[in-house]
Amino acid sequence: MAGDAPRSRGRLVLARLLASPGVVIGGGIVVLLFLLAFVGPYLTHWKYTDIDYTALRQPPSAQHWFGTAGLGQDVYAQTLRGLQKSLIIGLLVALLSTCLAGLVGACAGYFGGWTDRLLIFFVDLMLVFPSFLIITIVSPRLKNSGWLAFVVLLAAFNWMITARVVRSMTISLKEREFVRAARFMGVRPLRIIWRHILPNCASYLIVDATIAVGAAVMNETMLSYFGFGVQPPDVSLGTLIADGTDSAPTYPWMFYFAAGLLVLFVLAVNLVGDGLRDALDPTAAAGRRPSRRTLRALRRRAAATAAVGSRGTPPALDAEGTA
Amino acid sequence: MTTTATELLTVRDLRVDFAGARGRGTVTAVRGVDLTLRRGETLGIVGESGSGKSVTALSVLGLLPGTAAVHGSVTLDGRELIGLPPGELTRIRGRRIAMVFQDPLSAFTPVYRIGDQIAEAVRAHQKTDKTAARRRAAELLDLVGIPDPQRALDSFPHEFSGGMRQRAMIAMAVANEPDILLADEPTTALDVTIQAQVLDVLRTAQRETGAALVLVSHDLGVIAQMADRVAVMYAGRVVETAPVDELFGAPRHPYTLGLIGAVPRLDRDGGPLVPIPGNPPALVDLPPGCPFAPRCPLAGDDCRTAEPPLTGSDGHQAACLRADRLAAERPAPADVYPVPPLPPAARPVDRSRLPQVLRVTGLAKTFPVLKGTVVKRKVGEVYAVDGVHLDIRRGETLGLVGESGSGKSTTLFEILGLTAPEAGRIELLGQDTAALSREAVHRLRAQLQIVFQDPMASLDPRLPIGDIIAEPLQAQRAPRERIAALIPELLTKVGLEPAHAARYPHEFSGGQRQRVSIARALAVSPQLLVLDEPVSALDVSIQAGVLNLLQELKATLDLSYLFVSHDLSVIRHLADRVSVMYLGRTVEQGPVAEVFTTARHPYTRALLSAVPLPDPAAERGRTRILLPGDPPSPTSRPVGCAFRTRCPLYATLGGEQRSRCEQQAPALDTAAEHGAACHWGGE
Repeated sequence: MAGDAPRSRGRLVLARLLASPGVVIGGGIVVLLFLLAFVGPYLTHWKYTDIDYTALRQPPSAQHWFGTAGLGQDVYAQTLRGLQKSLIIGLLVALLSTCLAGLVGACAGYFGGWTDRLLIFFVDLMLVFPSFLIITIVSPRLKNSGWLAFVVLLAAFNWMITARVVRSMTISLKEREFVRAARFMGVRPLRIIWRHILPNCASYLIVDATIAVGAAVMNETMLSYFGFGVQPPDVSLGTLIADGTDSAPTYPWMFYFAAGLLVLFVLAVNLVGDGLRDALDPTAAAGRRPSRRTLRALRRRAAATAAVGSRGTPPALDAEGTA
Repeated sequence: MTTTATELLTVRDLRVDFAGARGRGTVTAVRGVDLTLRRGETLGIVGESGSGKSVTALSVLGLLPGTAAVHGSVTLDGRELIGLPPGELTRIRGRRIAMVFQDPLSAFTPVYRIGDQIAEAVRAHQKTDKTAARRRAAELLDLVGIPDPQRALDSFPHEFSGGMRQRAMIAMAVANEPDILLADEPTTALDVTIQAQVLDVLRTAQRETGAALVLVSHDLGVIAQMADRVAVMYAGRVVETAPVDELFGAPRHPYTLGLIGAVPRLDRDGGPLVPIPGNPPALVDLPPGCPFAPRCPLAGDDCRTAEPPLTGSDGHQAACLRADRLAAERPAPADVYPVPPLPPAARPVDRSRLPQVLRVTGLAKTFPVLKGTVVKRKVGEVYAVDGVHLDIRRGETLGLVGESGSGKSTTLFEILGLTAPEAGRIELLGQDTAALSREAVHRLRAQLQIVFQDPMASLDPRLPIGDIIAEPLQAQRAPRERIAALIPELLTKVGLEPAHAARYPHEFSGGQRQRVSIARALAVSPQLLVLDEPVSALDVSIQAGVLNLLQELKATLDLSYLFVSHDLSVIRHLADRVSVMYLGRTVEQGPVAEVFTTARHPYTRALLSAVPLPDPAAERGRTRILLPGDPPSPTSRPVGCAFRTRCPLYATLGGEQRSRCEQQAPALDTAAEHGAACHWGGE
């Protein structure tokens, strides 16, 4: 389905994406975080498993850049190791659960009838099932299949409410004339869902996905607590934050580096998500009432683009520039 | 109309600014309006959407939202209304000036009974007890012609039909015998026969109370029928004001002239309409000079320097530098505006030899009425369509006419579904839809395309229009290169620019969006185009352009149209044949000229006489057939003729003839060139 997606819409959305400073900054931060997570560990000779008995709970120094933890572990190495895991878990879980929610919700809403009843029954079943119970049953079998199974499990308990919302949005979209028109033109149902239904639910899906990123990182700690997922001596941002919370007032370096990176990560994803939402919604610039701050930013940008004589700037922006 | 009559309401230099949202400039919706209303007269305010006519009416009552800043002066009997404290205004509203709103559904509180709401209006301004107020409410409902007023008092708004609600609204407005009735598009949401009833009620109400009426409308026909004097508004100003005959007979502003030329007429044959080029200006940062100059064929450099004032003598004023010239020469609209030449339609003599495009016989569709929340059970059926016959040959336009609820849309969706109908037969290009394989249906979809009514809703807001137009091509698996080559061609064909392909629907005006819809429908070169009220959401001046385009496309591409409309003038203008529906049945069909001049079915006759003509002189000379009541509910299938409950002919018949109407459903002679489903339609 994705292969024959319209090129021209794709190109337009891409151009709008690249024109938005939020996406560029957010995307840049995510790339830098990945670089840090995967290249950073080579900059120091400490491994996240190494223990330096000469330095217990030491503040950051030239030797240990982020300081050391209770057993003398190097916090820098630990944080980067955790970042590696959390970046992948956060992004993949959000992507997977949003895709699943979108697909199930849109199919249930669009096809209606028995498809709807069966899918919604399944969604409700997932909602009422105690997830811990299932995890305790499933976890011994999955113990050796690595982080991918873990991502799937996290995503599997995270999509139901989104799917229900998408379903109700689809039901109202289905009656809109443009969907009807597509149907009368002989466009296939799955293609209608891909081209018309999902883009029109995109604002909600994107906001939901950006929230899911942060939630996935924190949910992972919960699973780790039950002996599943990331186990010591291996670490993730989630476990680091959970362990460091108590020491935050006394040994701040054990908490704030991990927490700070998580905040930065979620913030960057939010920036990208906002930009993507605006890029997909052509009326975004004109339809929303921006805050004073964004107005000022718009004015600055308009002034900048006016200088290079940009093409296709919405009239609102031009008015800002001259105002 | 006497000039000596006292001036009741005067509006002087009224300006309304809406504070700009999102840091934009302020929108000046009304830019210096002068109006005078004399006791007992009817003033029509006509203009297109965005011309400021409703804002003017609302500002008189002080009903504008808080973001509006009103300047200027509105005096009622010499008393200034602008800047009056809210308490004082409340005493005037309803008592001296009353309002009839456009949408009668939202004008009533849904949870209170009609009677209580009208009684409340009475008690708000008069010291009466509840029983007296209720008695008065019943009188008022009787005045506006609601049958059985005592029972109607205890009805809830949702139990009333649209026409009944609008009558009740008028009853509420005249409850305190106001001096002025403000009616803001009072019949826009209603069908023509109901519109005729409501206009009649408005006239009755005006006669009974002696109130002056301000009638705001976009419909020149309604204005011509009702008004004594007319003010034409454009871009927030009155551009011309005159007594109704003079305005329609000898307009002095080119905009008025263009409007008159742009309206399709019931009493005239086809031919191109006169479109006014361009779009109305946005009311932010208007350039200096006449706001109509960019669209005006008579505009010169002098028009662009300063805005001409509203001047003129003997009650006929126009804001145009060329007013004297127009007054002296009295040109026809087509003399002033460039009219696109239409290629002559090849009119063959014998239509029976033309290949058949669509043939529908005896089509029926029922919807179950379900009850119960947990277990749904069927408690009845809605007979939405019950005997529809259509016949379209190549190159023909069939106009499908009917009021809301007559089953037009159901008929369309049954045809477009390309599945076996519940009853009857649908043949598209000679193929029976009941016997088609899935593949054949998919191929046949390319021959049948649709243009919807609302150009905003029928285009996906998130797709650029290039992709929108490509959609049917992609559905038919056209190769990529062909699609890429076709899109610019299609855009040019419908009068847009190829560069527009990368823009989104919201960047276009209504008329342009409808052109995009047409381009999308034409993309797969269909043989039959279904047009579902394609121009009813557009302004007159824009509508004319789209209608001309449709005529031109039909002639050049040899298309057939199934044109659905409630607007008989548009049908008369565009269609070759017409098919009239009432309560899910085809009641009359035939060549358009014959049906419109010698209608055989009493319903068609009533429908035709209900359409107001944009010509006050002709309008006064007509006899109007008013149909009583509303169409019956389609949940019960009537025995005999479905129309007899409202039929003016049935009322004149003798007992024996009546019994035939009651027992035997009249059949439509589908073989005849012009047939009507009426037992007595031959005479």
